[in-house]
Amino acid sequence: MNKRNPISVDSDWTFELIAEYDREIGALAEGFQLDTYPNQIEVIRSEQMMDAYASIGMPVGYNHWSFGKQFVNVERNYQRGLMGLAYEIVINSNPCISYLMEENTMTMQALVIAHACYGHNSFFKGNYLFRTWTDATAIIDYLLFARNYVRQCEERYGVQEVEKILDSCHALMNYGVDRYKRPYPVSAEEEKRRQAERAEYVQRNLNDLWRTLPQAQKVDCDDVPEFPGEPQENLLYFVEKNAPLLEPWQREVVRIVRKIAQYFYPQRQTQVMNEGWASFWHYTLLNQLYDNGRVTDGFMMEFLASHSAVLFQPGFDHPGYSGMNPYALGFAIYSDLRRICEDPTAEDREWFPDIAGGDWLETVHAAMRDFKDESFVQQFLSPKVMRDFRLFGILDDDEDQEIEVSAIHDSGGYRRVRELLAGQYNLGDREPNIQVVRVAVRGDRSLTLRHTRHARKPLAENTADVLKHLHRLWGFPVHLESTWDDAVVSTSSCPAAEVA
Amino acid sequence: MSYIIDRRLNARNKSTVNRQRFLERYKKHIKKAVADAVDSRSITDMERGEEVTIPADDVSEPVFQHGQGGRRGVVHPGNKEFVAGDRIPRPSGGGGGGGGGEASDSGEGSDDFVFQLSQDEFLEFLFDDLALPNMTKQHLKGNASFKYERAGFSTDGVPAKLSVLRTLKSAKARRRALSGEPKRLLRAARQQLCEAQEDGNELLAWRLKDEIAKLEKRLQRLPFLDTTDLRYNLHLKRPLPTSQAVMFCLMDVSGSMDQQIKDMAKRFYLLLYMFLKRHYERTDIVFIRHHTVAKEVDEQEFFYSRETGGTVVSSALKLMQEIMASRYSADEWNIYGAQASDGDNWNDDSPVCRKLLEESLLPQVQHFSYVEITKRNHQALWREYEALAAKFPETFAQRHIQEVGDIFGVFRDLFQRREAA
Repeated sequence: MNKRNPISVDSDWTFELIAEYDREIGALAEGFQLDTYPNQIEVIRSEQMMDAYASIGMPVGYNHWSFGKQFVNVERNYQRGLMGLAYEIVINSNPCISYLMEENTMTMQALVIAHACYGHNSFFKGNYLFRTWTDATAIIDYLLFARNYVRQCEERYGVQEVEKILDSCHALMNYGVDRYKRPYPVSAEEEKRRQAERAEYVQRNLNDLWRTLPQAQKVDCDDVPEFPGEPQENLLYFVEKNAPLLEPWQREVVRIVRKIAQYFYPQRQTQVMNEGWASFWHYTLLNQLYDNGRVTDGFMMEFLASHSAVLFQPGFDHPGYSGMNPYALGFAIYSDLRRICEDPTAEDREWFPDIAGGDWLETVHAAMRDFKDESFVQQFLSPKVMRDFRLFGILDDDEDQEIEVSAIHDSGGYRRVRELLAGQYNLGDREPNIQVVRVAVRGDRSLTLRHTRHARKPLAENTADVLKHLHRLWGFPVHLESTWDDAVVSTSSCPAAEVA
Repeated sequence: MSYIIDRRLNARNKSTVNRQRFLERYKKHIKKAVADAVDSRSITDMERGEEVTIPADDVSEPVFQHGQGGRRGVVHPGNKEFVAGDRIPRPSGGGGGGGGGEASDSGEGSDDFVFQLSQDEFLEFLFDDLALPNMTKQHLKGNASFKYERAGFSTDGVPAKLSVLRTLKSAKARRRALSGEPKRLLRAARQQLCEAQEDGNELLAWRLKDEIAKLEKRLQRLPFLDTTDLRYNLHLKRPLPTSQAVMFCLMDVSGSMDQQIKDMAKRFYLLLYMFLKRHYERTDIVFIRHHTVAKEVDEQEFFYSRETGGTVVSSALKLMQEIMASRYSADEWNIYGAQASDGDNWNDDSPVCRKLLEESLLPQVQHFSYVEITKRNHQALWREYEALAAKFPETFAQRHIQEVGDIFGVFRDLFQRREAA
C-alpha cells in the first residue's frame, strides 16, 4: 500500500479543497474513460436546496402553485426531521450543474462530486436516451424562455387564466412525449424566432380543419376520412396542433409543458441505471482514491456509512419498505457486471457467455450507453444479484381470492423474476396506454380517447378529473373508452353524459 | 474542467411566489383553519403559526393512472420462506404484507395534505378583509402634528432661508445671458477699431471709441446680484399621519362577571390589540376596570383579580376621559376604546354613560366598541347605547357575544372592510 498522503484530514471543507478533490477525482474518472460535460459545481444553502427541490430540479422554472405545494411539503418534512435533504441535485445541462450543500462535510462533498459530477454527468452525456431526446446545451436557455413567456402571458391574460392552462397541461404531462419520434432539440433562440410565426400559422390551419362553409359539391358523410388517420399517443401535441378553441398563447403554453415533459422523459426511464451508475462510480472512484493514499481512514468510514445508508434495501416485510431501491438495484447490477468480468463463475459463463471474463470497463460502459431500465434489468440482472436480494415474484389477480408466489430466486424462477422486474420498469406497463383515436370532425367535435387495458388493469378513480382537464383544453366533449381484448369495457365522458 | 461557484449569497426565497400562489389557491381552507384556531387556542398564544390541513382530494393533481384490480405481477426483495407456487391470503391494505407494492401503484396515499403556516401568514389570514374604521379620516384630520420637509427652492422667502449657492448660480446665469450681446458687439467694435487705426480712418475710429465706451458702460451697469436672482430654500409643512394608537380596555369586574366571561373579553381585547399592532408603529394599552369605582390597573390585575359590588359604568368612562386628557391627546394618538361587560349597570347611570360618550369621548376616539357578554336579556345600558350607535355609525359599534365561538365572528363583523363611501 502507498504511503498515506491525504488531501485533507478534517471534516471542514473549503473551496480550495473542493477544487483539489475535484481535480483528483476528475483525473481518476478520466482513467476510467468517463466522458463528461464540463462541471459547474455550485455551493448552496439548505433553503436553496429546498427551492431546487420544489422546482423539480429545474434551475429556472415558471411559477405555478404546484411547485409551491411541493415546497411547502418539503419544508415541513425537513423542519420536522422526517426527511434529510438530498446531498446533491444534478442537472442535465451543458455545463452540468451540480448543487452541493453548505452543510455537508468534506467527505460528503467529495462523495457528491464523485457521484454527481462524474457519475450522473457521464450518464447524461453517454446514455442513448439522453443523447437522443435531450439537448443539454440548450435546456437552460429554453427554461428561461419558458419562464419569461409564461410571465408575459400572466401579465397579459391574468395569472388565473395561465394557471388553468398549466393545471390542465400538468395533468396530461406524461402524455406529452413522443416515444418514437426524435423531437428536434429545443433552443430558446429558435423558439422565440419561430413562435410568432407558428402561432399565426396554426390558427390559420385550424380553420381549415373546422371549415364550416358549405362545400361546393356535397360530400358524402361516409367519405370523410377519419381524423386523426392513426391513433395519436402524444395527447398534448395533438391538443396543441388541433384543439379548436385555444388561443395562440395557450398553444404555446401547452408546447412549453410538452417540451419540458420531453426533457424529463429519459430521466423517468433510467432511474435504476442512472442512480446505479452514479453510485457505482462514487464507490469505485473513492476507493481508488483511498488505494492511492489520498484520503484518510476516517474519510472512508464516513463515506461507507453514508454509502450503505443510501444503498440499503429493506425487505418486503420491513416497516420502511416502499418498493425496490433504485440505487441499490442499479449499484448491485453494475458491481456484479464487474465481478462477472473479473471473476466469472460457471453460472456466469452459462448466463453471460459473451461478457464473462471480458473487459469490465468496456462492459459497464456498454451497459450504461445502450439501455434503459427495462432492457437493462432484462439483460444484466444476474442470478447472483437475484439471490442476494432474495427476489420473488407475486401474482396478484383480482379474480383470485389469494395471491400467488409465481417465482423465486431459484433455478426455475430466475428468468421469470427477471422478466417481471423488467416489466416493472417499463413505462408502457406502468402508465395506462391511452391514445387519441377519433375526432368527430363533422359532428359535435368531440374527442375520443381509447385506453387499451394492460393485464386487465382498470383506470384509477380520478380519471374523470383528468378528463375535465382535457376537456378544458379541447373545448368540446371528451370521451374515453376503456378496452380489453378489443371490446369496450367501460366509457366515461366529460362533460358527464346524460343517462339516456 | 470544473467551475466552482459560491451561490450561498444568492436570493434564498426563490419559491416565495409559488408558495404565495399555493396559499392563494387554498385560501378557503386556510381561512377556515385560522378561524378554528382562533376559537380553540389558548388565549395567550395567538401569535404563532398554524398547521393547516387540506383534504388530499382537493390538492391532488390528477393524472392517468392504473386503478386497483387486474392481474399484476410484482417483484419484492427479502424472501424468507416462500417457494414458487405458494398461495397467500391477500394482505389487507398496504403495510408490510407481500402486496405492499400495490398500494404505491395507485399513486399517493389518501393522507391529508398538512403544512405549517408561518406567524406572519397566520395573522395575514386572520385579519384578511378587515380594516380599521376611520383610518383615512384620521390621516386627513390628524393635522395636529407636522413635519417640515424640503420641497425645492422658491423665489421668495425670508433672508434666513436664502440659498447662497442657488442664488449665485442664477445670478451668474443671468449675467451670462444679459452680457452676451454687448460683449459680442464690444469684441467686434474693438476689432474694427484696430483695423480703422491701421487704415488711419480717424473718423471711424472716433465713432468706434465712442461706441466701445457706451458698451463698456452698459456692461458695467449689469448688476452682480439682482433681486430676481434670489433663491430661498423652501420647506413645506406636511401633516404627519399619527402612527401611534392607544387602546383602552374597559371591563366590568363586578361580582356578576365570572372568569369565563372575563376570558371571553380577554380574547376580544387580544384580537383587537393584535389588529392594532399591525396597523400602528406603536400601540399602548390602558386597562381600566371598574365596579362602582374605576381604577387603572396592569394586565394581571385586570384579568385575574376579582371584586364584588355594584356597577357604575360611567366611572370607567370618566377615568378614560381623564387619562386621555392627561396622557393621550387625540391630536397625537389614535384612540380606540373597547368595553366589555355583562350588561349590568345602575339604571340611573346608563343615561350618564351615554351622555359622556356622546359629548366628550366619541368625538375624540377613532372607534369605540362595546361587547356585551351575556346570555340574559339586554338591560338599560344596551338600549342607551343603541341610540348612540344610530347617531355615530362610524365610530361606535356594539355587539352581543354569547359563546366563545362568537368572538371571532363578532370581531370580524365589527371591523369588516366597508365600501368606501
